[in-house]
Amino acid sequence: MSIQEKATQIEEEFSQFEDWMDKYNYLIELGKDLPLIDEKHKTKQNLISGCQSRVWLHAVYEDDKIQFTADSDAVITKGIAALLVRVFSDESPDSIINADTEFIDKIGLKEHLSPTRSNGLMSMIKQMKLYALAFKTKA
Amino acid sequence: MASSLDVKNIRKDFPALHQEIYGKPLVYFDNAATTQKPRQVIERMIKYYEEENCNIHRGVHYLSQKATEAFENARRNIQQFINAKETHEIIFTKGTTDSVNLVKTSFGEEFLQAGDEVIVSVAEHHSNFVPWQVLSEKKNIPLRIIPVNDKGELIFEEFEKLLNEKTKLLAITHTSNTLGSIVDIKKFIDKAHEHDVVVLIDGAQAVMHKQLDVQELDCDFYCFSGHKMYAPMGGGILYGKEKLLEKMPPFQYGGEMVDQVTIKGTSFNELPFKFEAGTPNVEAILGLDEAIKYLQNIGFDNIAKYEKRLLDYATEKLLKIEGLRILGTSENKASLISFLIGDIHPYDAGTIIDKMGIAVRTGHHCAQPVLDHFEVPGTIRASMVFYNTFEEIDRLVEAIMQVKKMFE
Repeated sequence: MSIQEKATQIEEEFSQFEDWMDKYNYLIELGKDLPLIDEKHKTKQNLISGCQSRVWLHAVYEDDKIQFTADSDAVITKGIAALLVRVFSDESPDSIINADTEFIDKIGLKEHLSPTRSNGLMSMIKQMKLYALAFKTKA
Repeated sequence: MASSLDVKNIRKDFPALHQEIYGKPLVYFDNAATTQKPRQVIERMIKYYEEENCNIHRGVHYLSQKATEAFENARRNIQQFINAKETHEIIFTKGTTDSVNLVKTSFGEEFLQAGDEVIVSVAEHHSNFVPWQVLSEKKNIPLRIIPVNDKGELIFEEFEKLLNEKTKLLAITHTSNTLGSIVDIKKFIDKAHEHDVVVLIDGAQAVMHKQLDVQELDCDFYCFSGHKMYAPMGGGILYGKEKLLEKMPPFQYGGEMVDQVTIKGTSFNELPFKFEAGTPNVEAILGLDEAIKYLQNIGFDNIAKYEKRLLDYATEKLLKIEGLRILGTSENKASLISFLIGDIHPYDAGTIIDKMGIAVRTGHHCAQPVLDHFEVPGTIRASMVFYNTFEEIDRLVEAIMQVKKMFE
């Protein structure tokens, strides 16, 4: 499934909720499916620090595909991280570099990517793209 | 619940309080970050721009004189408001951070030498912590830190132990922005003065709650912001004793603060203008003047009594919630409550509380050292003022119950 297809699938999943509370409950559930970062990779180097919540991100590159694992100390942040990992994992560096995150906007969670939230998610996206760029250069 | 404060009518003065957030009436509990502004203050700023706007202190024309007069009148009113001895002891700044930095540069860098010591507390806002830490590193001036007890109160005995003949400056908060503890600063000031230590007080969280008297306190510097006391952003005050301000060099250089400028050299203007380089934020100062009148009209005693009732009510209600823990339990507290709900992350709680139409602050409140002391990454902070209501506190309690339902 391409990045775009995965994003569309997420939009469809979220479109069934009219109530914000149901949407957040679903997000909390999704956080539980996040491919968790191995404790040994939960290092200071892999920490994306925000003033509100913290995100850890790790990436490996195999057969032209990048696999991300992550974690966060906040449940909602973890839920959104899970969405980002689901969309960007198992993709080639090029498709990650060129992808946008408009689906977050479309499912009504844009506010979590605002810089004032300072929850590490903005930097997480940037970091995912940096990983892609680094793997591409190395390849 | 009898009170000499008419909240219903007071709320009418604050346009920003009458809006819906996510379809629910806004509850504004982020007053420690900034307060909303009464119509009187907003109208004062509009009047300035519609009828008085021009650059002050430099025109002989009618408007310039009118604006200058209003501006200097504000200085006199603020002098009386905090009971400073002299009008020129009131320096207009951008806010508390600017005031502290002025003292750090014009006093700290000028008069403190390597080996001197500065004392701060662990409960400082970053704005009264980082400037001293930077000075400490730059000039090799050890920074001594007063700890807090489990209630979040500065420990006076520990402060006494830190004092010695090398101590030159004590810079502490009047009221902690994170814990709410009101510091008995008079006791600290008197003790410091016994050792000839200069004292700076960060009053950003204090001036809006209680009548201030800088002569009675006898502090050497007192800093506060307009925007946390119902006035516009971008205007604040540094109060300093004349004898100290006189000997301090200017903070910034430019127009307004000079006496004579030739290509060979420049002599500087007298107090307070020496510290007010450039065009000031006139409307913010006029707005502050108006805000003070507004507060005096309600009466600080009425404000203090009502806010204490809000604090007591909120504390009682919150403590009934299972797993809720309050940080900062001093008996002498401003009307703000920092809390955690079980193991729920403040970001998660804050997101849901926001969705319920309630503005609270989450995170480290720009006071990381004190949160490190309590070993928490952040808290949720509800800060209440005289325009808040008991019903709003009930709504916060409901929102917290919702948070618990979703995350526990």
